[in-house]
Amino acid sequence: MKKILSVIVENEHGVLARVVNLFAGRGYNIDSLTVAPIPQSNYSRMTIATQGEPHVFEQIAKQLNKLVPVYKVIESDNFIEKEMAMVKFPIENSLSDIDALARCYNGSISNVSDDFIVATIIDRPARIDNFIKGIKRYNPIEIVRSGVSVIDR
Amino acid sequence: MKMSGAKIVIESMIQEGVEVVFGYPGGAIMNVYDEIYKQDSFEHILTRHEQAAVHAADGYARATGKVGVAFLTSGPGFTNGVTGLATAYTDSIPLVVISGQVPTGLIGTDAFQEIDAVGISRPCTKHNFLVKDVKDLAYIIKEAFYLAKSGRPGPVHIDIPKDVTAAKTEFVYPKEVDLKTYKPNTKGNKRQLKKAVEAIKQAKKPLVYIGGGAILSNSATLVREFVHTTQIPAVETLMAKGVLRYDDPLNLGMVGMHGTYAANMAMAEADLIISLGARFDDRVTGRLDEFAKDAKIIHIDIDPTSISKIVHADYPIVGDLKNVLEDMMPLIKSQIDPEQYAYFRNIVERYNQLHPLSFHDSDKVLKPQWVIQKTGEILADKAIVVTDVGQHQMWAAQYYPFTYPREFITSGGLGTMGFGFPAAIGAKRAKKDKIVVNFSGDGSILMNIQELVTAYEYKLPVINIILNNNYLGMVRQWQTMFYDDRLAETDLSIQPDFVQLAQACGGKGYRVKTKEEFIQALNDAIKQPVPVMIDVIIDRREIVLPMVPAGESLSNTIVEYHDPKAIENKG
Ligand SMILES: Cc1ncc(C[n+]2csc(CCOP(=O)(O)OP(=O)(O)O)c2C)c(N)n1
Ligand SMILES: [Mg+2]
Repeated sequence: MKKILSVIVENEHGVLARVVNLFAGRGYNIDSLTVAPIPQSNYSRMTIATQGEPHVFEQIAKQLNKLVPVYKVIESDNFIEKEMAMVKFPIENSLSDIDALARCYNGSISNVSDDFIVATIIDRPARIDNFIKGIKRYNPIEIVRSGVSVIDR
Repeated sequence: MKMSGAKIVIESMIQEGVEVVFGYPGGAIMNVYDEIYKQDSFEHILTRHEQAAVHAADGYARATGKVGVAFLTSGPGFTNGVTGLATAYTDSIPLVVISGQVPTGLIGTDAFQEIDAVGISRPCTKHNFLVKDVKDLAYIIKEAFYLAKSGRPGPVHIDIPKDVTAAKTEFVYPKEVDLKTYKPNTKGNKRQLKKAVEAIKQAKKPLVYIGGGAILSNSATLVREFVHTTQIPAVETLMAKGVLRYDDPLNLGMVGMHGTYAANMAMAEADLIISLGARFDDRVTGRLDEFAKDAKIIHIDIDPTSISKIVHADYPIVGDLKNVLEDMMPLIKSQIDPEQYAYFRNIVERYNQLHPLSFHDSDKVLKPQWVIQKTGEILADKAIVVTDVGQHQMWAAQYYPFTYPREFITSGGLGTMGFGFPAAIGAKRAKKDKIVVNFSGDGSILMNIQELVTAYEYKLPVINIILNNNYLGMVRQWQTMFYDDRLAETDLSIQPDFVQLAQACGGKGYRVKTKEEFIQALNDAIKQPVPVMIDVIIDRREIVLPMVPAGESLSNTIVEYHDPKAIENKG
């Protein structure tokens, strides 16, 4: 089972290490992790995508809460989930094909150089999976996923 | 007035009411030691190894309930102390450990005696700090003491670079700490509490399961009241010794791997387990899928992560055990009729009669259990009993007549050999009017033997009773029982002369082989102003029983074992 936790932490030295060590030390999975400061505050938000059994999530949430600089652990079934992906294609592809495809996924072409086309999309993680499947025939050279960000509805 | 960081450390200790610091100096922490030299508000005890400094602070904390303090230098000084941190962490002991660090500008350059100390201590402390600015120092120290002793207690580590102890700032010691991100829930939820009482009312075979939390939260009196009011039988973990008196008729004794038959059977058969500050450790539960199959579980604990971690709790109550029991007692008194559990009391009493805790005494060779019982007869509640780790530890837990909390000090969670002697030194420093005995093994005692010198120098006359079986006995026991007696690297036939060793360090030594010799030695040892070693030659093939083999269920408690190589015939 997959689950996303939104964790609000104090913006201080070593806090990322505490969270990551907790996952590593207790054998929990991290599928993706994003972190950035929350504007006009001393906090940062970490969004952690993880998987496991429900009782494991319960432990993870409690263990996170136990860390001193963790302010809040938000678990919700009502998140809006978004992720970004950037993909680099060989220049030989049809620019309009790629542009059309990217648009289907809230995206666009970000750059075209002598050798490459870079497209960026922003969508739900499951849709990003689909996109990545769909672009196989355009021989993507590099795919960068940002990890998921969420906000409660 | 501006003060150096080093002086701030000292002044903060004074503000916290610290009376003794255990430690060991070195380059990175010299500024602090220079200030120790200039003051006489607290004592500094120079152990002969940093591990011992942290264990001594730990023993002090366990004996008093106060925060223990240790100072270490950077690099190897700090790493030597890590076992002490880990030991305190697993048993939730409040410590503040301060280490020196290389100057801020050198951090990350692989400087001399630089190690990522906060990186190492992170998983074995409740929290840790690297102080980057002297302006933060006083607040961090205040916070460290607060974190160490509040909520679920634990060790807190502060790493201070040398330039920070040199830099100056205005010293203001904060009166309060307010942490937005840390608010331990100390009051149990009232609704949950009522439900729990209702479950107790419905139960036919309830069992109280007492853990170390009962000692840490100073709730022994309340736990006794709970047990006596309800007349529900109780089992105790290694860490809960002394919460109930050893001779309390409702105390079935220790539960788990080396628990009593009655305690283990009661656990297996109960229909309701009332866990008071215990954490369902694997040494307690045995095989999990067989554990308390028919029981509902009330779990009271200050740490939410302990609840439903191992065993699902039907009635979770997060709170300080003391507060929760205080709130619960009026309900218990008005609603619970102790008569309703007479049937279960009768059953467990029969288990107890069937296989009481027992050993086969001998006139030819000293039995460790006899030595412990005898020590208990002679010292009774005049002593604090500390142990190392191994068979002797289990025998001490089983056979010493404990009557009050904090009487027994042992490394339960981590099982750290070498803990006993330095912890005993810390306990003696805390309770000078008590006799402090360390039951140790011929293996364990050597792991911090250098502390003889410390105990001698600071006139802390700890009595080490070495139950000498010429073996790493506990490992040997497993080899005998589960590895066909292939004794890989557990024979300690070659060992020092403990009597001479004690003498060489200013202490007093005895070697005893008979009951008379032991009684005489112990009575003489009590009068000594110097550290003592009593080298007690015991039956080397003795094993700890009862035993639940690792991974088996509590109902498979072995109470008799025939050792083909036993020195002495049974009986
Ligand atoms: C530091 C450390 N190393 C290894 C162990 C594993 N261990 C547990 S008990 C034991 C044997 C202890 O021997 P001794 O101190 O003589 O006690 P005995 O069991 O003989 O009473 C060992 C090696 C441990 N608990 N701690
Ligand atoms: Mg031994």
